[in-house]
Amino acid sequence: MDFPWLTVIGAVPLAGSAAIAVLPKAAASRAKLVALGVSLVALVLTVVAATQFETSRAGEIQLSQVHSWIGEFGVSYAVGVNGIGLVMIALSAVLVPLCVLAAWNEVDDEKARLFFGLVMVLEAMMIGVFAARDLFLFYVFFEAMLIPVYFLIGTFGGNEQRRRYAAVKFLIYSLAGGLVMLVGVIALYAAGPGGEQGFLIDNLTGLDFSSSAAERLMFVAFFIAFAIKAPMWPVHTWLPDAAAEAPSGVAVLLVGVLDKVGTFGMLTLCLPLFPQASRWAAPVVLALAVTSVLYGALLAIGQTDLKRLIAYTSISHFGFIVLGIFAMTSTGQSGSTLYMVNHGFSTAALFLVAGFLINRRGSADIDEYGGLQRSTPVLAAGFLLAGLSSLALPGMSSFVSEFMVLTGTFIKYPGAAVVATAGMVLAALYILLTYQRMFTGPKKEFASGWKDASAREVWVVAPLIAVIIFMGIYPKPVLDVINPAVSTTMQQVGVTDPSATVTADTVEGENK
Amino acid sequence: MLILFVAAMIAVLVEAFVPRVQRFITQVVLATVGIAASLIFVIYLAVEDTSKLTAGGAVAIDGPALFLQGTILVLGLLAVLTIADEAPESGAFTSQASAVPGSMDEARAARAGLVQTEIYPLILFSMVGMLLFPASNDLLTMFIALEVLSLPLYLLCGLARRRRLLSQEASMKYFLLGAYSSAFFLFGSALLYGFAGSVRLSAISEAITGNSTTAASAVVGKDGLLLLGIGLVAVGLLFKVGAFPFQSWTPDVYQGAPTPVTGFMAACTKVAAFGALLRIAYVAIPGARWDWQPAIWLVAALTMLVGSIIAIVQADVKRMLAYSSIAHAGFILVGLVAMDKDGVGSVLFYLAAYGFTTIGAFALVTLVRTSTPEGGVGGEATHLSQWQGLGKRSPLLAAVFTLFLLAFAGIPLTSGFTGKFAVFSAAVDQAPWGVGLVLVGVAASSIAVFFYIRVIVLMYFNDSVGDAVTVTRPGALTIFAVGVGVVATIGLGILPSAALGLANSSSVFLP
Repeated sequence: MDFPWLTVIGAVPLAGSAAIAVLPKAAASRAKLVALGVSLVALVLTVVAATQFETSRAGEIQLSQVHSWIGEFGVSYAVGVNGIGLVMIALSAVLVPLCVLAAWNEVDDEKARLFFGLVMVLEAMMIGVFAARDLFLFYVFFEAMLIPVYFLIGTFGGNEQRRRYAAVKFLIYSLAGGLVMLVGVIALYAAGPGGEQGFLIDNLTGLDFSSSAAERLMFVAFFIAFAIKAPMWPVHTWLPDAAAEAPSGVAVLLVGVLDKVGTFGMLTLCLPLFPQASRWAAPVVLALAVTSVLYGALLAIGQTDLKRLIAYTSISHFGFIVLGIFAMTSTGQSGSTLYMVNHGFSTAALFLVAGFLINRRGSADIDEYGGLQRSTPVLAAGFLLAGLSSLALPGMSSFVSEFMVLTGTFIKYPGAAVVATAGMVLAALYILLTYQRMFTGPKKEFASGWKDASAREVWVVAPLIAVIIFMGIYPKPVLDVINPAVSTTMQQVGVTDPSATVTADTVEGENK
Repeated sequence: MLILFVAAMIAVLVEAFVPRVQRFITQVVLATVGIAASLIFVIYLAVEDTSKLTAGGAVAIDGPALFLQGTILVLGLLAVLTIADEAPESGAFTSQASAVPGSMDEARAARAGLVQTEIYPLILFSMVGMLLFPASNDLLTMFIALEVLSLPLYLLCGLARRRRLLSQEASMKYFLLGAYSSAFFLFGSALLYGFAGSVRLSAISEAITGNSTTAASAVVGKDGLLLLGIGLVAVGLLFKVGAFPFQSWTPDVYQGAPTPVTGFMAACTKVAAFGALLRIAYVAIPGARWDWQPAIWLVAALTMLVGSIIAIVQADVKRMLAYSSIAHAGFILVGLVAMDKDGVGSVLFYLAAYGFTTIGAFALVTLVRTSTPEGGVGGEATHLSQWQGLGKRSPLLAAVFTLFLLAFAGIPLTSGFTGKFAVFSAAVDQAPWGVGLVLVGVAASSIAVFFYIRVIVLMYFNDSVGDAVTVTRPGALTIFAVGVGVVATIGLGILPSAALGLANSSSVFLP
């Protein structure tokens, strides 16, 4: 029996949250230390697990474990990752310690136990959802992870009225989506082989559905849940509210990791489980994705609230990710997977820098800032770098992925790719305009007493910037892990790569 | 069951002969020991696995009956504990049921420090009825059980210490409507007797399928009798479970009754009534299922929707929980429609899961009180606005209540989710148009989430209302009852295998 890496990685933060819960009141301020330590342990474990992961077989599920859990329902405790799952877990494991560090002084000691305890629970759930290889288990994590986020937004958000509204809206949207998916889950189980392991994703893949209508309905049930999560236009409206009200560390986890569950689900569940229906739905999904790209970008330009602006840019970026997934080319899908990681880092950096600024100024209104480059040059530089990555400047990580998505889409759907490219132009507009409004111009009175980034703040953002630049220049290690997994998905969907006719041997090589 | 009956009899004698000072403790001990002893006996029977018909064939001791009896006994025990834990000066019960609210009599009784102890024999009798109800193998036994379980409940409802008028109105309403529904049940039984020539459930079943020995030729052309009979019997039973369109008593009675009794009623009555419903559906009239399944389908769908939608506008915790219990009755009916072994198992499991959560939730409601101007403990603060900011003032209570609400809402890793999943998957698998019913159920669940969440929002995200509300320190017995509720809620959510296995293996009815 191999060492149960994934279970341990998930269990560590859970144990951490338990430890935080039993901290005596007097030692509440230790909570953040525990949280940081625990999340670092999880990170180290993730790194070690990644070394156990054989890149040459990245298309297969590795590090897996299967135990019967609720045999009566056919539910197993099954975890395992392929390349895609691995990078998503790595993304979570990297971001959580940074978010803990970012929230270091934001939470008063009185509530520190609750905050950091919930963050730890959230980390466990996130790792669980990316590792789950049993549909029921996936669903359980998918829903259970809402609860900590709900309390994090509702208890620690900004303005009291608005944070409550945002938290409830978030929960209602997500739960409604989740329940629709539940119907799909049950229906799929009924269509599957049943039995003790009837919910294992592997046992449900490649089913021969009795009618295409049934398959399509199930696909739609899953897709709605993931589209809400992702979030795609027109079911995105919870995100700006939730992200704007959440403390910036939580916003990072929300947009950087949680929303990825939506696109992760599309890529690793919708496509392999419902190949026919996915191909059937692709044109509509692409149209929605392109709409998301443009709509998110246009609304981002119009925002006056910094956090809402970042949230809308994410909607635009998620449009790209979905575009790449449903373009059904290996370049597009690899690009999307890479995009999920890159977007996680660049948005995290944006949100965190924004959070530092908002803490200083006490307002998220962009018009209240100006000329900050002169008072806080380091923060300004951080924001600019993160922003440039977000607008996909060549050399930054997002460029690689955005380029792959667009070329991958162009091979099959040139129209969609051309329209989506406009999103890149708009991205330049919203990032640079914001930078101009906040950081350029004469030095402002209010900022005279401001300190530039503290050591802690540098420690939070610097690793992200380093990753962004590294991935921009040398994305190969990550792509090596992703590509085989994507090829497997492509085979399961049963689409041949249009480029395969041109470069048959390279694709063959990839599949080996 | 007999043990409990004896205990109840003794309890009456105790009420008559034991001096007042010792009465309370004697009653509590007697009730607890009686319930525990019957529980042990039920477990013994279940382990022995001796399914049989007894009492001249009038009572069936089979898997579902034993499972339900066990559930009722455990839940009843918890309920008795919460009832016993009432401090006399702030308890939920009136000191003298016969006193007119606000009268001199009442004031005098209160001054004299009288403590109500006839609650315990009443509860015991009610539980005897509940134990018999799902085990009864003919319609007459079932009717007797129905009356034995109901009559004490009508009385119990009227014993609330505060808001006496509301409580007595609830008692009256429950009694009148309950009497009507019993009459419907009896009338339906008579019609079924007319159809089959017997009140024995198996005989009715044989008459439907046409190989009856008692009335082989007589049944031809009596479909009207059969359908009307089924319909009327169903009215009686659906009334007891609080299903649409017979749910209108639920909120008033739940609100008016003393809260510990509400918990007892909500959990145990539901278990017993669903047990009887299951037995009728599976033993007596499976042959006519094509006639009644669509009707139950519709009832289930409407019950879920009505319960969830009306609950949204409730401003009282107890009324909200009442509507939530209506919605849950709908969910359980979904499992009933499935009409196979999985369906029974899922219903049994759901009942147990729901019962534990409900007892715990109502036990918590008893702890939140208004403060009197002198700083004493007043009546229960059940208005939702009084629950504002509870999360800050008593985090533990709010956290536990949140857990129960999440279980009611069916969030994964709680028992509510497992139960819902069980009934839904049974329905998708087996029921005609099961997917449609599950879709309605999902819609109702997402509506229901809204009002559970609203309470959580109130408790955590709102400012506290100040000193107007106090949270009393729970006694050890209440803590125990709530603790069992918490353990069951989480346990059945995370590791439900054992309970599911038990429910599934107890899901075969004796014909």
